[in-house]
Amino acid sequence: MERLTTAAARNIFYGGSVFFFVVFAALVANSYVQARTMERTHPISAAVAHGKRVWEQKACFDCHTLYGEGARFAPEIGKVWLKYGGDSDPAAAEDALKSWFAAQPTGVAGRHQMPQFHLSDADLHDLIAFLRWTSSINTQDWPPRPAAN
Amino acid sequence: MKYQSQRVALPYFVGALTIFTLQLVFGLIGAAMYVDPLLISPNILPFSVVRMIHTNALIVWLLLGFFGSTFYLLPEETERELHSPRLALVQFWVFFAAAAFTVVGYLFGNYGGRSYLEQPMVVKVGIVLVALMFLYNCSVTALRGRRTVITGILLLGLWGIAVFFLFAFYDPANVVIDKMFWWWVVHLWVEGVWELVMASILAFLLIKLTGVDREVVEKWLYVIIGTALFSGILGTGHHYYWIGAPAYWQWIGTIFSAVEPLPFFAMVIFAFAMVWKGRRTHPNGAALLWSLGCAVTAFFGAGLLGFLHTLAPINYYTHGTQLTAAHGHLSFYGAYAMVNLAMFTYAMPPLLGRAPYRQRLNIVSFWILTGGVALMSAALMFAGLLQTHLERVLGQPYMDVQPQLTLFYWIRLIGGVITASGLVLYLVAILVPGRRKVPVASGLVPAE
Repeated sequence: MERLTTAAARNIFYGGSVFFFVVFAALVANSYVQARTMERTHPISAAVAHGKRVWEQKACFDCHTLYGEGARFAPEIGKVWLKYGGDSDPAAAEDALKSWFAAQPTGVAGRHQMPQFHLSDADLHDLIAFLRWTSSINTQDWPPRPAAN
Repeated sequence: MKYQSQRVALPYFVGALTIFTLQLVFGLIGAAMYVDPLLISPNILPFSVVRMIHTNALIVWLLLGFFGSTFYLLPEETERELHSPRLALVQFWVFFAAAAFTVVGYLFGNYGGRSYLEQPMVVKVGIVLVALMFLYNCSVTALRGRRTVITGILLLGLWGIAVFFLFAFYDPANVVIDKMFWWWVVHLWVEGVWELVMASILAFLLIKLTGVDREVVEKWLYVIIGTALFSGILGTGHHYYWIGAPAYWQWIGTIFSAVEPLPFFAMVIFAFAMVWKGRRTHPNGAALLWSLGCAVTAFFGAGLLGFLHTLAPINYYTHGTQLTAAHGHLSFYGAYAMVNLAMFTYAMPPLLGRAPYRQRLNIVSFWILTGGVALMSAALMFAGLLQTHLERVLGQPYMDVQPQLTLFYWIRLIGGVITASGLVLYLVAILVPGRRKVPVASGLVPAE
């Protein structure tokens, strides 16, 4: 520390920060390209895109997590579509999810409560389309116990 | 107080403490909802809105504190008055009014966006305008005055805050890309440019409180922010493990996250070394306690609690549990709330033209506030560890696990009540200086 001059410390700071930011930006660019490539096999329809807006407008992430991110007041929903058997019987999964939405809030004592959002049929359909799309993402095998989350 | 324009910091500090109080009120409501979910009908006040106000209020009051701290220290560092004190006041009222408008809007369902960025578009544009006013005012002041390392790093951090906020406007339909760039706001703020702001405010306080040489502080400052950015930029990778990004982030995130505690450790060594080296005993002992407490608590909250679950093989199990909340509470409090509370404690007496007042009460509030937040974090840590085991190892469903954590949610609520009572004492210690006006003695002029 004694031999390091302030000017040298400053130059290391600026040089190093620029270097690491360039490396970071290059890696993010590569990840961006891979994420866009995925859209070819899992296209983002107008319904999926609008479903994401519904997810945002109702601030679902302020209770739920999506791929583990968001609030921890309610279950993870990244792969909820698969839990409802959407990969084998999509129509039944959509119906089951719709009736689940309609049943909120449950009012059961001790259980975290979800509001009744009174979503229109179109919004509900698109939100479920969004949840279907999120279930198709490669999350590197997370979560460890898919049945629980 | 040497410069008249430093006075504009006053409304910022009072405004920040007002919104801090709002943050704690909604924190208590949220904590109560965890122990009794039927307390308030979700159709009247859902948990989502409570959390939104709790987290947004946190960010707004910390930013108000950073703005006020900058306006306070800039004249002393640059040795000239602020370019435009009037613009600084306009900026305060625009920001404060926008915050009030936003909170009322949230209660009536007017929100939408991503986590922490739920503000309506008009408010987001308003935030950019406020940032432009602020950066213009401060940059002109700095360019025309004495150049110091502290102002240079502080302004770099503040410009970084504004630049990375622009990613709040980018919200692509592809949720993987959305999440990658959402972290450009969130992570590159709190584990990047905010650390520059924190380190430079802390350095200013230590120079004033210990009388240590500026040259020594400056070298330390570059080492601290260097390790912060070298580790923090690629450390963003620890948020890219499970969101649909490529697997190589697990290696990058793990390696660089392992280094992320280093700047916080350096800040602890720095703060104590400066106190030992310093020749003076400043009469505002409470401000020194907050400064040292800030470095230490940030090391535990941000450094250690962050490191605990940031390595990919561990994060695979702990990701998205209450452990994140435990880390979030102690790190935000230690790093960013405490640096602001230190600055308020230091600057309020000169702003009011007094010698330091209500020192003992301030010190008591330090221990109660810090103890309360530490208890909350400890409770959430136990809840998170248990949740990890039950959900991620045994595979019990989320909703079956939650009732098993109630004990820890009760302890968290108690921690929250302790924190809130600490805040009440702090507010009295800062905002009620007492009737007996002790003039500033000549020997109490801050060190240069």
